[in-house]
Amino acid sequence: MTLEELMNAPAPASGWVLAQDCAETGLDPREIRTEMARRIGEMRASIERGLKTEVKSITGMVGWNAKGLWDAPDVLGAPLLRRVQAYAMAVNEENARMGRIVAAPTAGSAGTIPGALIGVADHLGLSDERLVDPMILAAGVGKAISKRMFISGAAGGCQAEIGSSAAMAAAAVTELLGGPPRACVHAASLALMNTIGLVCDPVGGYVEVPCVSRNAFFAVHAVSAAQLALAQLESFIPPDEVVTAMAQVGRLMPAELRETAEGGLAQTPTGLAVTARMEGRQEAEGAQGMIELPMA
Amino acid sequence: MIGPVMIGPSSSHTAGACRLGLVAHHLLGEAPRRAVIGLHASFAKTGRGHGTHLALVAGLLGFLPDDPRLPQAFLEAEAAGLKVEFRDVDLGDVHPNTAHIDLHGETEQVTVQGSSTGGGVIAVTQVQGLGVNFSGSNPTVLLRYTDAVGMIARIATTIAADGVNIAALTCTREMRGGQALLATELDAPLSPQALAFFNHWPDTNWVRLLPKLMDG
Repeated sequence: MTLEELMNAPAPASGWVLAQDCAETGLDPREIRTEMARRIGEMRASIERGLKTEVKSITGMVGWNAKGLWDAPDVLGAPLLRRVQAYAMAVNEENARMGRIVAAPTAGSAGTIPGALIGVADHLGLSDERLVDPMILAAGVGKAISKRMFISGAAGGCQAEIGSSAAMAAAAVTELLGGPPRACVHAASLALMNTIGLVCDPVGGYVEVPCVSRNAFFAVHAVSAAQLALAQLESFIPPDEVVTAMAQVGRLMPAELRETAEGGLAQTPTGLAVTARMEGRQEAEGAQGMIELPMA
Repeated sequence: MIGPVMIGPSSSHTAGACRLGLVAHHLLGEAPRRAVIGLHASFAKTGRGHGTHLALVAGLLGFLPDDPRLPQAFLEAEAAGLKVEFRDVDLGDVHPNTAHIDLHGETEQVTVQGSSTGGGVIAVTQVQGLGVNFSGSNPTVLLRYTDAVGMIARIATTIAADGVNIAALTCTREMRGGQALLATELDAPLSPQALAFFNHWPDTNWVRLLPKLMDG
């Protein structure tokens, strides 16, 4: 399955993805929809937990951002913006404190799709049932991207993770708002095109900084892409070519900027101090590289 | 691509690691008592920050990647009488997220080596020291037997007679006439009768049915 094929499929785009899924798995469309509805429920539960708590993550670098934003006054007069950002961070802060989330497509980028899609739906007062088909489309877009590119920070930098999640979210939001397959795929392509080059440089190697705030930014990025595509703006470079270009940039990216914590933000004096502090804590907890558990 | 539902923070270092532990759990087939887990490259280096150690132990206990007990897996292991030891190991030219698990029960023992390749997806590459290649996205039957003429045909015939389709199959042996290991991924689980039938053959040493661990 390519993005080109998806773009030219009969509307709605999710219907075509669902037909492909059924053929591949031998499952009934109802079974796939029911499972997707369950996962949307899990996403919503993680948002609700994340918005209510300020419990810190393993390192203490994050944990209060989602609630902080959600409780703050809406000074910009942009409730959609604040909602999307808060939802996205709520999920990723849950993730950082070892809470229960839905990988989409990875755990580090898990906030982008629920932030954008559930955020827009709640803003417009749409039910979760309306999100099932757009979410199936999101999965289809992710699958098409993964055919040409490894979706992990280690293989392709952050662009591969957050770029994919933003592209998936952009297509889903576009379909939710009535966009035809062509607009959905162009939304994905626009989101992807404007993420190329983003490196993966997590502080201390933890999925916290910049990952949590990055999900807030890219959930908004996805909504922006949907807005452009719904106004019939298109990606000048065809969608599949954009994915290929991103994959090439991933290959050209030095290993220091691919989830090794050996470059960028991870190597700042503050980043290095966090690494040193956490290593010290681990050594205090047990001999390095070895944990002995007593017999019960 | 939407999923798995999991305990954070990393699909490759947490959910995938848990699934590798689950493979060993199912293949052992009894309560685990002692495990030695070798962690290679990225699993050894950045695993702790991602809860890899906890996730592996959770898997050994039979917890799924979305089990809320995952962050307390060490305490759960203690309560269950499972003793775990971690070692940093160099497994050679393998995926950076690779673990080697040596798991013992009261009477059974199993070794499993596998990699977490991203998004919670795993690739099991070694069982009982012999090469295999399966992902756990289908029910998988593993058979260890003494290499002999016609064994693969008999196994395939038994699976066919059970009305089950083979999706993929790998078979390796240590030497001609030595121990062989066959792993078949199936489109549906095999009946207990078919499994019992395998166990009936004099050349069969060990049979396990690994349930489907994930979608796709």
